[in-house]
Amino acid sequence: MRNVLAIAQKEIKSYFSSPIAYIVIGLFALFYGYFYAVYLQVFLRDSMSMGQMGMNQQAMNVNQQMLRPVLQNVTVLLLFVLPAITMRTYAEERRSGTIELMLTSPVSDVEIVLGKFLGALALYAVMMSVTLVHNGVLFIYGHPEWKPILTSYLGLMLLGGSFLSVGLFISTLTTNQIVAYIATFSTFLLLWVISWIGSFSTGMFTDVTAYLSIIEHFDDFTKGVIDTTHVIYYLSMITFGLFLTARSVDTERWRG
Amino acid sequence: MIEVQHLTKRYGRFTAVDDVSFRVERGEILGFLGPNGAGKTTTMRILTGYMPATEGKAIVAGFDVFDQPIEAKRRTGYLPETPPLYHDMTVQDYLTFVAKIKGVPSNERSQRIRAIMAKTRIDDVASKLCARLSKGYKQRVGLAQALIHNPDVLILDEPTAGLDPKQIIETRQLIKDLAGDHTIILSTHILPEVSQTCQRVVIISKGHVVAVDTPDNLTARLRGSETLYLQVDAVGTDAVGTLERIAGVTRVVEADRRDSIIGYEVESEQGRDIRRELSRAVVTNGWGLLELRPMRMSLEEIFLSLTTEDAAQVQAAEETAHA
Repeated sequence: MRNVLAIAQKEIKSYFSSPIAYIVIGLFALFYGYFYAVYLQVFLRDSMSMGQMGMNQQAMNVNQQMLRPVLQNVTVLLLFVLPAITMRTYAEERRSGTIELMLTSPVSDVEIVLGKFLGALALYAVMMSVTLVHNGVLFIYGHPEWKPILTSYLGLMLLGGSFLSVGLFISTLTTNQIVAYIATFSTFLLLWVISWIGSFSTGMFTDVTAYLSIIEHFDDFTKGVIDTTHVIYYLSMITFGLFLTARSVDTERWRG
Repeated sequence: MIEVQHLTKRYGRFTAVDDVSFRVERGEILGFLGPNGAGKTTTMRILTGYMPATEGKAIVAGFDVFDQPIEAKRRTGYLPETPPLYHDMTVQDYLTFVAKIKGVPSNERSQRIRAIMAKTRIDDVASKLCARLSKGYKQRVGLAQALIHNPDVLILDEPTAGLDPKQIIETRQLIKDLAGDHTIILSTHILPEVSQTCQRVVIISKGHVVAVDTPDNLTARLRGSETLYLQVDAVGTDAVGTLERIAGVTRVVEADRRDSIIGYEVESEQGRDIRRELSRAVVTNGWGLLELRPMRMSLEEIFLSLTTEDAAQVQAAEETAHA
């Protein structure tokens, strides 16, 4: 565990000593702020028109009618931002030869993989913490429910973790960061849209593709529901991604 | 301390290392000599647990590198051909990280890092980014990294490559100082390095071990007969005849001539020292003695003869196989 933390710490340090962390967080903050402002305007306009029509303003729910659409847009943003976090993890180590240091140190492959995953997850969490400011403002001026917000964050961490573990695996396959970015982005997109092909029919195929789609499992979290199906889906996705990463590093040794 | 038995590594159909066996005793410096692509790096990578062997066994500091890799790695320091530096980290941060993953206890860590930085003389760049270091400093930080957990075994892949002459001498001295406490394997294709730093040499060519011996024995082994180089001035006629009449001399060849100065290669019977007789003959004949020295086969020549011989054998074997 000490090794895992040492590696995670090194990863975080290296994110913040390169431009990547700042670009990722900066862009995310910019777009999140934009989405937030737009949906806030929509929410205000709707609630005012409801008020004018004499309906009860309390019927408007800030969680459902504002935060939920914002979060759905955030998930799209993740498609573009997360590959930038993972693209360098293994690719850079292999390019610069530091992978030789890692693999000849008394740490197991699993510890290396977990360390890198935790490092990436930590950067992702820092990026997400930007949104605490916006949500804090909501609490000052309105009365949102805190429980759906909490479950939304849980969902975001699970969704992001799944993406990151897959991105980590793809990073082990190349020494070129651009190749890693594009391949990771394409894989995310595929995981996202896989349910579309099944939406024209019903039955087994539809169920399977819907289950595989990474985004189908997210919506319930924004409604404040923690469904174990979804939690298990994301946790298995993370485990599977990390497993592939460890295997890939191992086969790399055999191939030399 | 290190025992390698029948180590073989194949990449697909290509055999990089073929049935390599050798031993290194505690405190010894073993030189790993071979042309580029001979399998030096591959053997070292197997010993450090970076990659597994296809066949064979390697025991480092009492632990099998395949069965107990973590234990073996805990006792091994490795400097790869390119120092494995994180370019966006400072030297201090880098060594701290390496100390952590190499398992240096936290209460000893800062003291250990300071001692190693002094030993490898990198204290003046402690707060510099690794990316900004010169080649010589990078190499030394690489060495510091390999030493940080005070390993029993040190494996150095071309530790002096790319350094300037002064740095090369310093690095060699450092490596010599480290022997005794550490068992060292170093690879190189620079021959004087081996004769200056190593107690024993493994010569490897195309994945095969072609010789294991001390540098001196290797030189002696390949010297079929004793040859002396003699340079004299103002000789009369039939100097060759005069020299050949000396007891023990088997052959005299005129090697070079400049005006009245002539150089001879004088071969003698194996194991017989004829220098006294030779110099007496020069003096009694009234010649001027300018130079008299034994001609020894240099390591370069030994190396070339061993590796080309091996290549010829392999070729012959292949031809028989095809026939």
